[in-house]
Amino acid sequence: MSTNIKYFGLLAEITSCREESLGNSPSTVNELLELLFEKYPGLKEKDFRVAIDQQLVTEDARITGGEIALLPPFSGG
Amino acid sequence: MKDKKPKNVFVEGAISPEFIATSIAKHQSKTSIGAHDIFLGQVRADMVDNKTIKAIEYTAYEEMANNKFHEIREATFGKYELSCMHIYHSLGTVNAGEICLFVFVSSPRRKVVFEALEYVVEEIKANVPVFGREIFEDESHQWKVNT
Repeated sequence: MSTNIKYFGLLAEITSCREESLGNSPSTVNELLELLFEKYPGLKEKDFRVAIDQQLVTEDARITGGEIALLPPFSGG
Repeated sequence: MKDKKPKNVFVEGAISPEFIATSIAKHQSKTSIGAHDIFLGQVRADMVDNKTIKAIEYTAYEEMANNKFHEIREATFGKYELSCMHIYHSLGTVNAGEICLFVFVSSPRRKVVFEALEYVVEEIKANVPVFGREIFEDESHQWKVNT
């Protein structure tokens, strides 16, 4: 199973893409973040939240498919 | 009347004063309304390190954002006795001085609209995944942070 991730705002600038598929299948958000911090060291210093299927989750949340999104602080309005 | 399905709140580019005027005019047939209240978010030409912001470019996690707008709508109708509510948010480039958020609430009574409007706008700012890229006159940029 591959993991699809969407990046928004500032984070998409750091990753140079808005969406990608990771070959590895991390089982928790923590594992995913470790992979991503290795791939994109710039992400580490940034403030962001993770959503799975549009629900904000904590770092210990399990990943069992679904759409994962990395969201920087909201700035609508 | 409540909408049961999330609808698309986003419009491309700035929200024009004409659009807002038309929206007001459309409510003149709804004669049980006694009070409207409107919030207009406008792009500010802030100066940062001697550079002036000329525009904000908005992007969003659109599907999640529309669902959040829907949740906010439902929660607001649950809390306040409103006749109707409209929310529009820009995507793409909005120049300084132009409108990027239009929230319109209506009720039989004025006190209700004052409270409901503040609730809706604060909920939008806190919970809807919209991201603003502030573009300076020299084309450099920074990411907007809500205060």
